[in-house]
Amino acid sequence: MPDTTVMTANGREESLSDSGARMIPPARNYENRPAARIWAAVMRWLVRIAALLTVAVLVFLIGYILVMGIPNLKPSLFEWTYNSENVSLMPALINTVLMTAFSLVIATPLGIFAAVWLVEYAKRGNKLVKVVRLTTETLQGIPSIVFGLFGMLFFVTQLHWGFSLIAGAFTLAIMVLPVIMRTTEEALLAVPDSYREGSFGLGAGKLRTVFTIVLPSAMPGILSGVILAVGRIVGETAALIYTASTVAAVPESVFSSTRTLAVHMYLLSSEGLHVNETYGTAVVLLVLVLLINSLSSFIAGKLAKGK
Amino acid sequence: MKTKSIFNRENVMQWVFTLCACVSILAVALICIFLFANGLPTIGKIGPLKFLLGTTWKPGNDVYGILPMILGSIYVTAGAIVVGVPIGLLTAIYMSRFASDKVNKVLLPAVQLLAGIPSVVYGFFGMVVMVPAIQSVLKTDFVRKVLHINNGKGMSLFTASLLLGIMILPTIITVSKTSLDAVPQSYYEGSLALGATHERSVFCTVLPAAKSGVLSAIILGIGRAIGETMAVVMVAGNQTWMPQGLFQGLRTMTSNIVIEMGYAADLHREALIATGVVLFVFILLINLSFSIVKEREKNA
Repeated sequence: MPDTTVMTANGREESLSDSGARMIPPARNYENRPAARIWAAVMRWLVRIAALLTVAVLVFLIGYILVMGIPNLKPSLFEWTYNSENVSLMPALINTVLMTAFSLVIATPLGIFAAVWLVEYAKRGNKLVKVVRLTTETLQGIPSIVFGLFGMLFFVTQLHWGFSLIAGAFTLAIMVLPVIMRTTEEALLAVPDSYREGSFGLGAGKLRTVFTIVLPSAMPGILSGVILAVGRIVGETAALIYTASTVAAVPESVFSSTRTLAVHMYLLSSEGLHVNETYGTAVVLLVLVLLINSLSSFIAGKLAKGK
Repeated sequence: MKTKSIFNRENVMQWVFTLCACVSILAVALICIFLFANGLPTIGKIGPLKFLLGTTWKPGNDVYGILPMILGSIYVTAGAIVVGVPIGLLTAIYMSRFASDKVNKVLLPAVQLLAGIPSVVYGFFGMVVMVPAIQSVLKTDFVRKVLHINNGKGMSLFTASLLLGIMILPTIITVSKTSLDAVPQSYYEGSLALGATHERSVFCTVLPAAKSGVLSAIILGIGRAIGETMAVVMVAGNQTWMPQGLFQGLRTMTSNIVIEMGYAADLHREALIATGVVLFVFILLINLSFSIVKEREKNA
């Protein structure tokens, strides 16, 4: 750290005051006192230890799950149907893909369009903007169990959809909506105004500007937001237990109950009967989510570089 | 020439965009309406004081008091903050002002990974690693005879706090790092020019300047911790008694819903929904304080 060398300029300060500059009181560097030096050293090490702890927790957690789980990844874990013998996670995995697809189909257009309105159309000081922002922030802070309760009361009971794929998908769509809105909004704001002005200057209308200039330039940000939403959907449990419920089979229709991988994982570990298979399932879930999240940052980084 | 009708593409799409933006308003309105419409009558039926301040939860006898769960949620959240905020904040300071670019290239993805791990996996990890480990530490003679902690359980407030503290780390780190990064470099340089060390400049000028960002990080952490469900269910023990101590099990509001909703019926089910309403009110209060902090930051 080159910054710390500033304090070692003490010697020069003294020689200055000796050479007759008595008008200025002799500068005494309090930072050279032993107490101050110790304080600085303690702080320097505290932040390093904290960062080290954070990384250590991550490495230990992932490492432990991988080490315990990978030996348990038997072929029987990936058979097409689930029964209590093979404890297969395949149906749950397929359900997870379906659930993700349905939730995204609902949430992505809504989220992107909402962000387009907020950034490109809404006028400054518009009352509606304030309300939209406030509610989006509220949505973002609501815990998944509350979404689950709401989904159960509204989609499952009120709309008579029953415990179903579609009830779960709508619940999750509401849950990830703020994620997509927020990232899209940030991505749109990052598009320089000169792009828009250039487009207007060439005679394009507002809509054409949005779809052919602004949205494509904001694509990396939007994409990484959507993939982030995928990560949240795949890892979600609490919002799904009482909306999509727990049938461990590939659904026949959107109104069938389904069990996603995360829910599967929770049920396995709370049953406590198939410890080895639980470890195996944990590995698949963890690797899946981590891959999705890495993909999100990778695409964002790559597309941003390519511009 | 384009037609100037109201139904041209521009106008129609503008309306579509506006409607999409209103979906989040609709969602929040529906959530409020359905939760409150289902929960408040139940609270009235049981009696607000009996429900909120009742110390026994015995659905079998139709006794529904959720004070143990409210306290459980508050204790667990406080514990998570005690564990997560110091580590998270210090890590954020390190990443923002100490670490080289090379180190940050490792740390940033690490924090992102930490944020991405599903709560079930955290819970499973807590269940198979932390609970047995803490259990065996509590059984040692040192803890029992010197610290006088007897009958400590692995599934306890302590374990839940520790696990939640880890889970809120990414929230704390990213939000405080953002606000630390936003502090103008001139503050730091000014402090250096006055002869302060790098450490003093960071802790005594940069950190205070990022105060409100750190505060919002803590509030977001509180929100995440109080709403966390699956991980807590798996490590907290879930006894419905009043919280008995740091090393005893307890039940939070979120766990109460998840554990019993599966088989609850009638008033029991309604009482669980009412528990959700109380949790929701807590969350709304936390959100409110978050927006107040942000508003103040803007005006400052």
